[in-house]
Amino acid sequence: MPTFGNAQLKLLERLCNVISISGDEGEVRKIVLEEIKPHVDEVRVDALGNVLATRRGRGAKRMRVMLDAHMDEVGFMLVADDGEGIYRFETVGGIDARHLLGKQVYVSKDSTPGVIGGKPIHLMDSGERTRKVPVDGLRIDLGPSGKAKVGDRAGFATRFRRVGPSILSKSIDDRIGVATLIELVKNQPTNVDLCAAFTVQEEIGLRGARVAAQYFNPDLAIAIDSTPAHDLPVHNGGENMTYNTKLGLGPAIYIADSSTLHDPRLVRFLQGVAESESIPYQLRQPGGGGTDSGAIQRALAGIPTVSVSVPHRYTHSPMSISRVDDWKNTLALLQAALKRMTPELIAKR
Amino acid sequence: MTDILPFLKSMISVSGVSGYETAVAKIIEDKWRPLVDEVSLSRVGSLHGLKRGNSADSSKNSGKKKQPSILIATHMDAIGMMVSKVSDGFLHITAVGGIDVRVLPGAFVTVHASNAEELPGVIAMPSAKLLPESVNGSEVLAIDYLLVDTGLTPREVERKVKVGDLVSFANEPMELADEVISGHTLDNRSSVAALTVCLEELQSKSHVWDVWAVATVQEETSYLGAYTSAFALRPQIAIAVDGTFAKGPGANGWQTHPMGKGVGICMGPNMHPYLHKKLTDLATKLEIPWFLDVTSAHSGTDAYPMQVTAEGIPTALVEFPIRYMHTPVEAVSVKDIRRAGRLLAEFIASLEGDFVDSILWE
Repeated sequence: MPTFGNAQLKLLERLCNVISISGDEGEVRKIVLEEIKPHVDEVRVDALGNVLATRRGRGAKRMRVMLDAHMDEVGFMLVADDGEGIYRFETVGGIDARHLLGKQVYVSKDSTPGVIGGKPIHLMDSGERTRKVPVDGLRIDLGPSGKAKVGDRAGFATRFRRVGPSILSKSIDDRIGVATLIELVKNQPTNVDLCAAFTVQEEIGLRGARVAAQYFNPDLAIAIDSTPAHDLPVHNGGENMTYNTKLGLGPAIYIADSSTLHDPRLVRFLQGVAESESIPYQLRQPGGGGTDSGAIQRALAGIPTVSVSVPHRYTHSPMSISRVDDWKNTLALLQAALKRMTPELIAKR
Repeated sequence: MTDILPFLKSMISVSGVSGYETAVAKIIEDKWRPLVDEVSLSRVGSLHGLKRGNSADSSKNSGKKKQPSILIATHMDAIGMMVSKVSDGFLHITAVGGIDVRVLPGAFVTVHASNAEELPGVIAMPSAKLLPESVNGSEVLAIDYLLVDTGLTPREVERKVKVGDLVSFANEPMELADEVISGHTLDNRSSVAALTVCLEELQSKSHVWDVWAVATVQEETSYLGAYTSAFALRPQIAIAVDGTFAKGPGANGWQTHPMGKGVGICMGPNMHPYLHKKLTDLATKLEIPWFLDVTSAHSGTDAYPMQVTAEGIPTALVEFPIRYMHTPVEAVSVKDIRRAGRLLAEFIASLEGDFVDSILWE
């Protein structure tokens, strides 16, 4: 078992505090390469920017297991210069525009400070006060002589924090998966060949994962991601029937999402491992959403695939919240699962 | 002259929601103490700094009649929120002052727990399925449906947070290009900074009049501080300093003015025309860039309550443009803050002992 403590949280903090918008994942790639290089047999950065690393096990009948975590996060791209430090932007990935007004951002590789502003409440009529401002009604303001370039990316400027049992960050989705995968590479059991895919452009269509799977051609794959927890109270005090996942109940194992029916053998296997190791887990409510598994499952002649996520609240917003224990148990579950993997697992349907 | 920016940043790094201004009052008091002769608190918590008149003219006057005084009012309170209910570890909130609900989802806040602990939190927007069917879950949600999440367990939240605890914006100040500072509560801590610049300038100037530097409370809710301090101190003249609307994204109408290009001197029924003329003449003479702002009825500032206090006080309003007012990313040019401070100091220094007699209507 990998130890879990301050070093892991420090690594997550470092990963969460850099900005790595889909298509511009260099900052996370740098940290990943630095962390895994001493531990892997081969590593390459492919044509899309994925970091693809192999660490071989020892002995006979080793399975090729692909573990996937995406390096990108949702954010913004500057699309037009309005002059005097004011820029129009578009969102990259699925961001609810209601999370944007009045937020701080960092722009470009220089992390130039900027703010997202709009019309003050005093100058609005009552209709405007309750109307959503669409993204094309918002601007990023760098100050009158502020300079950036059209095409520069921007991301939320919120800093990683630890509070009680929780972690707060803009990019838990999916730095928590990246940190998990780094830890698994460092502490890999020897019964498998580990194919670690740190992918790009998940948030805009699972683009990195497809080519990563095609490169590795693994026997099976697990996408490690972070999934929304809608476990807030219902307005009338009734029972919340559509929570997706809940914080504090452990790793969320996927059965079905909008793009994937996850391989039932792998779903059952993960449940069995959790139960025999007394690791808490939850089954994500079948429904919408998706992970890199959607692209991996369809790659080549088809790859048995499952997803495991650390739940977080407030997805794709300036500040998401996860529980440290859910992360710890996710890492423990995956570690235990790797150790028990044998070719029999997928020999039969 | 010291750089005013660090002081301003320290002021906008603490809360001070209307009615609960103690934390920021302490920071201001520490800054003002060496700049004034006396510091005191009003009965309702406004901070009063008295800088006595110091020229030969003032000593001549002493003993004969009461030294004339000018009151400069800058409100130190901030809009914010208050816990209205604790449920399942989440906090329901209500607004204190003119909160723009559109900026709330995803905002980073501090919950000021009853035991004096400061809990970080984030304002959460529940998914549509958790809301009543009558509510459009993809539009802007009323504050009643928003929740604060502290990241703590329900049990810890129940133990620490009570109804009535305050919630304030907690994002850190950000320096933008061209000496623009951005953050929450620049309305109106920027004016406190301008008044501080004025007090610093006055250290090397002689002035006949006594100066009451006042950081008022509860401007955003009821003008309580300005009403009561003007009554208690009974100045011959009062000037309010506050923000006006800067031109910028979403704001380009006649009410808006360029940021960083000068101070506003406001005219309208809340302001005495003679004081307005004196201020504009002085700004022109000193080549301090300024622009004319007009309000046809109520200025929405401390100038309004001070004007009608006691037997009535001749009042003026000095402003500087703020972008994104009442959001956590208000933006102000530090150049304008310095200009406002200098204009106030020059105006005070220009007041002669009998100035009040020259304030005429026609």
